[in-house]
Amino acid sequence: MSALLYAYLPLGALATAVVTAAAIFALGDARRRQRTFWNLFGATAKLLMVAAMVGGVLEGHTFAVAWPALPGVELRLAADPLALLFAMLSSVLWLVTTVYAIAYLEHSGQRARFFGFFSLCVAATFGIALAGNAFTFLLFYEMLTLATYPLVVHRGHPAALAAGRLYLAHTLGGGAALLAGTVALYAAVGEQPFTAGGIPAVALWAEQAPAAATAVLVLLLAGVAVKAALFPLQGWLPAAMVAPAPVSALLHAVAVVKAGAFGVVRIIEDVYGYPLAAELGVTPALAGLAAVTVVYGSVRALAQVDLKRRLAFSTVSQVSFISLGVALGGPLALIGGLAHLVHQGVMKITLFFCAGNYAETLGIHRIDALNGVGRRMPATSAAFTVAALGMIGLPPLAGFISKWYLGIGALAQGQAWVVGVLAASTLLNAAYFLPVLRRIWLLPPPAAGFPGAGGAEAHRGLLIPALLTAAAVLLAGLLAATAFSPLGWAERIVERGYPGL
Amino acid sequence: MVGALSLPLAFFLPLLTALAVFLLRARRAPWLPLLGGAATAAAVADLIGQVAREGPQVYHLGGWAPPLGIELYADGLAALMLGMGALVALAVTAYSGAYLRGQGHDAELFWPLWLVQWAALNGAFLAADLFNLYVMLELLTLTAAPLVAMGGERAALAAALRYLLLALLGSLVYLLGVALIYGATGTLHLREAGALLGDGPAAALAAGLISAGLLVKAAVFPLHIWLMPAHSAAPAPASAALSALVAKAGAYLLLRLWLWTFPALLSVPLGWLLGGLGAAGVVYGSLQALRQTRLKPVIAYSTVAQLGYLLLLLPLATVAGAAPHAWQGAAYHALAHGLAKAAAFLAAGNVLYSLGHDRLAGLHGLTPYLSGSVLALGLAFASLMGLPPTAGFLAKWELLRGALGGGQWGWAAVIVGGGLLTAGYAFRVLAAAHAASPPGYSEIRPPRRVPPVMAWTPLLLALALYLLGLSAVPALGLLEQGAPEGLG
Repeated sequence: MSALLYAYLPLGALATAVVTAAAIFALGDARRRQRTFWNLFGATAKLLMVAAMVGGVLEGHTFAVAWPALPGVELRLAADPLALLFAMLSSVLWLVTTVYAIAYLEHSGQRARFFGFFSLCVAATFGIALAGNAFTFLLFYEMLTLATYPLVVHRGHPAALAAGRLYLAHTLGGGAALLAGTVALYAAVGEQPFTAGGIPAVALWAEQAPAAATAVLVLLLAGVAVKAALFPLQGWLPAAMVAPAPVSALLHAVAVVKAGAFGVVRIIEDVYGYPLAAELGVTPALAGLAAVTVVYGSVRALAQVDLKRRLAFSTVSQVSFISLGVALGGPLALIGGLAHLVHQGVMKITLFFCAGNYAETLGIHRIDALNGVGRRMPATSAAFTVAALGMIGLPPLAGFISKWYLGIGALAQGQAWVVGVLAASTLLNAAYFLPVLRRIWLLPPPAAGFPGAGGAEAHRGLLIPALLTAAAVLLAGLLAATAFSPLGWAERIVERGYPGL
Repeated sequence: MVGALSLPLAFFLPLLTALAVFLLRARRAPWLPLLGGAATAAAVADLIGQVAREGPQVYHLGGWAPPLGIELYADGLAALMLGMGALVALAVTAYSGAYLRGQGHDAELFWPLWLVQWAALNGAFLAADLFNLYVMLELLTLTAAPLVAMGGERAALAAALRYLLLALLGSLVYLLGVALIYGATGTLHLREAGALLGDGPAAALAAGLISAGLLVKAAVFPLHIWLMPAHSAAPAPASAALSALVAKAGAYLLLRLWLWTFPALLSVPLGWLLGGLGAAGVVYGSLQALRQTRLKPVIAYSTVAQLGYLLLLLPLATVAGAAPHAWQGAAYHALAHGLAKAAAFLAAGNVLYSLGHDRLAGLHGLTPYLSGSVLALGLAFASLMGLPPTAGFLAKWELLRGALGGGQWGWAAVIVGGGLLTAGYAFRVLAAAHAASPPGYSEIRPPRRVPPVMAWTPLLLALALYLLGLSAVPALGLLEQGAPEGLG
């Protein structure tokens, strides 16, 4: 491939999603086949381009494209290994979720609007992944807020609109903090690309004005903490559950919360650098907050009777492992956090797919209605089981790998209390997932049978995505030692990028 | 292309078109307004190229140099505003034919008024002396009031009358200030008068009178009271022009006069006073927009709020670290707001056209006829909120960078908080449009299909905001031409 093509691959992958969105908007509601073509074409093309970038990065190429957006401020897309970790996750899961969403929503109203914004949402996520500086990150981060709103309120009933309001109140507030922080950063140090290990100019500035540098770091983190659903800013996430299942899957696994967690990684590692963030006293506070969120989310999940709400609180808890890994410092904890960025995505998307299958096929939303559903929908239930056990951290599934690295990473940093948090989280995860599994497999089905006529399993468009991601949960754990597993890639990122840790 | 002539043509072409439409009748030559508009836009584009290449352009009408003759002057700021004006005006011109026909408005009345208004607007951007500015301001008022009255309802008439009286009062006060300056200095030239005027009490009085007049025209809090009724009662394309351009011209002149003519008088307390009025407008306009139950009043109050941002430049211009960024931010904001507001009003026009009303509570379950218009509305609102990747975002970034870079926390809070308030009323509208129809709901009358030209115009205007959101560098480069000292 020519050098020019290499340079424009990031732009091409971004454009694919935007063009897909435009085409879907232009097609309108009626033309289903063409829309499905665009949906799948866009998702596949983007995946191929990201895969080509992964190959290029392995060969030692760099992909970067930048142009001035304002005098002295660049819009910069760059594909470093960390960017590709997130981009690959979002591209793969976008394709899977698109297949799922087509099967789930093609018979509902406002399809053009839904799939158009669905594509824009993924374009924004891709932009967040490949953002090469704080300005570009902010740009796509805010674009994501706007693109997800129509998805959250898709159903249009009062509960959906109320959830939309709560979502906006949180994310726009967080966006304002991020905007103020980013502008203040530029006012202090000017245009600086993300630099693995920290931007030298920021370190210099922090030496001269430690109070200002700390304040800006707190503003930036507060901005991303909203989407990362860190306590006490997590309120919007359970409410956003009223959205259709594919949206919940996307929000929880790929787009919104993951964008927040990814932002924590970028700000700590590539703007300030972990040593500086620790010196300013911010990372211990972040670690504490993340630990509180881990426990808080799990405890709240216990009390939920609605399956999706339980999964939502589980997300609050699980996503905080990423922030925790970053905040602990040290290579092992960071590897654990980064691997969990992918692991949590695959596991949680499987769970939401399955919850959607139960709801769509049998009309089941409540956990106490799941009795015996394993006999009626064995494949969906098997996928759900794999992902739930992965969340608990059962070896050799994906979640175990993350927790293992977080645990030994914490010990290596002399933070033994974290092991306690991990243990508590595992117990709580078991406490809120195992009863569900017991109902699914062990309790007898209702005497009156399940609602919904005929058909044993979910529609294959709903089932296959769930089985694929469940297989990924298994493989990410089994093949963790290979170079291309999420763990292997996380190790590559940390070894190459952060030798200073 | 046409060399030095493109400068006067930018003013005279819409005027000539107005005359031709008046004589030939729009009914017989429906293509004429758009043709004249395209020619005007071409002249503006040529002028922008000249300013970008060669710096500020000067033209003496009839070859007579001032003080006898009339001077037209185009620097970067004027060129930027002319360009924005041409985009909006072309959109309004393309949109209006179908809208007027469909809503039963009198096209023979509308076209000459609107085209003269465009000419007056370009004149206001280009005039180089205080008296010609007065003429242009009067012309703007005298065309705007009948356009408002064309809304037809009783409320429209009352709003037009209120607007006319207040605007004329504003003009009168302005003229008093101009007379004082002429008495003191013997010149009315924008740049020379300032240098001769000094900073004595007469100068302060004159600047105060002129500002008071312009504050009315720019609908700055608390002199905004005429704007909402007028801009929501006018036919939608007229609302777009009034909000995006005519009120903007008042704010533009306010900045132009303080930065070019009276910079010696712009002390820190005075900057704070004017900026404070702007900030009050941001808060008050947004809060009022939050309380409206119909779409057009929301957009109209949004104009009160958004024009307030422009005045934030005045206090920031007195702070060395803040001035250059704030200057760029304010100019880009004027550009972004113009396009966004025009797109929003034209989209609102489509809602009115299709549904026969613009009540927010009745927007639920929108038909496919309006999906493009609601998309345009959402995209335009995103720019007003300052969400990326829009021109409004880049403008807000620069304003905020000026405020934070100069340590002006208060103004920074206004800029960030104003964005959140904007989001409040914008999403109130968008939520209404996303709501599902209640079960068993049926429309009183079936929604009307929106003609393609009307559906596409607001969408294209809104998309332009995203193109301008990718890079502000070309526009800000143009702005450098003839920028006042300390800002460029």
